[in-house]
Amino acid sequence: MTIPQLSIFIENRSGTLIKVLDALKEAKIQIVASTIADTAEYGIYRLICSEPMRACDELKKANVAVAISEVFAIEIDDQPGRAAEAVKLFSEAGISITYMYSFLLRGKGVLIFRTDDGEKAAKVIKDNNLKSIDKEALAQWA
Amino acid sequence: MNMNTNSKEPITPLSTKEGQGSGSAYFNPEIETMTREQIEALQLERLQATVRAEAGITPDDIKTLADVRKLPFTTKQDLRETYPFGMSCVPMKDCVRLHSSSGTTGNPTVILHTKNDLDEWANQVARNLWMVGLRPDDVFQNSSGYGMFTGGLGFQYGAEKLGMLTVPAAAGNSLRQIKFIKDFGTTAIHAVPSYVTRLYEVMKEEGVDPRCDTKLKVLAIGAEPHSEEQRKRIEEMMGVKAYNSFGMSEMCGPGVGFECPEQNGMHFWEDYYIVEIVNPETLEPVPDGEIGELILTTLCREAMPLLRYRTRDLTRVLGRTCPCGRNHVRIDRMKGRSDDMMVLRGVNIFPIQIEKILMQFSELASNYLITLTTDEENDNMTVEVELDRPTDDYKQLQALEKEIRRRLKDEILLTPIVKLVSKGSLPVSEGKAVRVVDKRKVYQ
Repeated sequence: MTIPQLSIFIENRSGTLIKVLDALKEAKIQIVASTIADTAEYGIYRLICSEPMRACDELKKANVAVAISEVFAIEIDDQPGRAAEAVKLFSEAGISITYMYSFLLRGKGVLIFRTDDGEKAAKVIKDNNLKSIDKEALAQWA
Repeated sequence: MNMNTNSKEPITPLSTKEGQGSGSAYFNPEIETMTREQIEALQLERLQATVRAEAGITPDDIKTLADVRKLPFTTKQDLRETYPFGMSCVPMKDCVRLHSSSGTTGNPTVILHTKNDLDEWANQVARNLWMVGLRPDDVFQNSSGYGMFTGGLGFQYGAEKLGMLTVPAAAGNSLRQIKFIKDFGTTAIHAVPSYVTRLYEVMKEEGVDPRCDTKLKVLAIGAEPHSEEQRKRIEEMMGVKAYNSFGMSEMCGPGVGFECPEQNGMHFWEDYYIVEIVNPETLEPVPDGEIGELILTTLCREAMPLLRYRTRDLTRVLGRTCPCGRNHVRIDRMKGRSDDMMVLRGVNIFPIQIEKILMQFSELASNYLITLTTDEENDNMTVEVELDRPTDDYKQLQALEKEIRRRLKDEILLTPIVKLVSKGSLPVSEGKAVRVVDKRKVYQ
C-alpha cells in the first residue's frame, strides 16, 4: 500500500543538491516528484523516482547520505476539494500527517504523505476505498 | 621512568625563615636572587641526590647538569601504566595527598604528595604571589575549581603560607563572588582567564565598576591558554595587572612558573625543576629562543619525583636573567601542544574522546572535524560530523544532534556545538585526516 521514497540529507550549502541530481542523471533515474525543505543547517530532499532501490545504491556510491522510507501515495480526481476530503478522513481517524506533497500525473492528482500511524492510515485507505498507488503502479509511471 | 630516584634522605625545606614579611621584594631572597652559576650548582647537587643507581645510571654518571640528558624521559603514558601508586617512591603511610586527572582517555594519572611536598608546593605559590606584590595584609579570593583540580588547593595553601586572608570561593556563582570581593575587600583573585571575563560581565550588569568599587590590585590567571591580547583586555577591563601562571598536576600544580612584574615570560623555579626545551621529533635540545617541547625534572619531590617529564607543551626560553633580579629561566606563554590535546576553558580534551563517542552512532560516517573558535570572549568547540544514514524526519535528526551533544558533554564535560554535514564534505588531508582546526585568538 506504500511506495518507496528516497530521503536525502542535504546541507544548506551550494553544490550539495547538484551533486545528488548529477548522480541521478548519470544513473538515468527518472524523478517523478520531489520536495525539499530546510532547517537552519540542513534539509531533507524527498523524492519519488523510477527504480528507487537502484537509485539509492547509485547515490550511496556517489557518497550521498540517503535512506529509503515508505510513504503513502493516493490518487484523487483533479477537482477542487478532493484533497480536503481525503485528508479529512485521516484527521477524523485521529491520524496526524507528518508531511505531504502533491503532483499531477496523467490528469490525476497524487498525494504523497507520511503519517504518525501507518497501520491506522492503511485501514482508513482500505475502508474508504481510496485509490492507493503501490510499488508496481509506480514502476509503470516512470 | 622515575624509579631511579632516591628519597631516603629528606630534602631540606627551602621555605623556612626566608624573607617572609621582611620587607624584601623576594619571598625566598637567597634562592630567588642566585646567580646562574649558583642556580646550576644547586641543580646539579639536587639532581645527583635524586638519581639512584638503577638502569645503568648512577649518581656518578651525573657529573654536569648536561648529564640530565643521559636520563630517560617520563611520559603521561608511564603514569597511566603505573596507575595508581606504581610511581610512588615512599611508603604509602608517608603520603598525605593525592591529586588525579579525570582519566577520560584511559587510566587517570595519579600524583602523590608527602607532607613536605605540600609545603614545597605552597612555597612556590607563595613565592609567586609575593613576587607580584601581595603581602600578608592582602585578601586573596581563589575563584578556581577545587577538588582534584590543583588550581584550588594549590593556591589556597600558597596564599595561606604567604599569610594572606584566603577565601576559597571556588568557581561559579558570580553574584556571590562579587559580593565577597566588595564585602571582604578582596585585593587579589585567581581564576581561569575566561572566568575573569565572565565576572567582569556580571559586574557590569550589576553596576559594579572594578576600578572604583573594589580594592582589587592583582589577578593571577592560568590553566587555560590565552594570548597577550586577551591578557591586556582583561587588565583593561578590571583595571589591574594580570599575571600568567603555569602549573601542571604532574609537577604539583600551580606554582611551577609565574610572571614577575616585568611580565616578560614566566620565571620557572630552577631550584625546584630542571627546565629543558627539546625538539619534539628528535628530542634534542633546541637553542634559547627556539620553540620546542617543555621537559621538566623535579628536584625536590619526595613522593613522586619525575625525571625529564614530557609536558607536551610547546614554548621557548625568553631569557635567563631579568631586571627584577631573579635569574631563574623565563619561559614564554605556551604556544601549542606537541600532541593533539586541546585545552578548552581549562579542560583537557583529546580528539580520540570525541571520536569514541561519535563512533557509537551507527547513523554517522567516520569523518569528523573539531573546530575551536573564540566567540566574543568565550572559547567554543564545534563538532562537524558526516551523516551516513539520514532519517525521513527532522525531529529524529534534531534528536540525534541532541543525543550526540549530550554524550559528548558526559565525556568531555563541555557542551560543543554539533553539526551534521553531508558525506564527503569534510576535508581529508593526505594519509591522516585533519581532525582539529584551532581558530582561537590565542594561537594566532
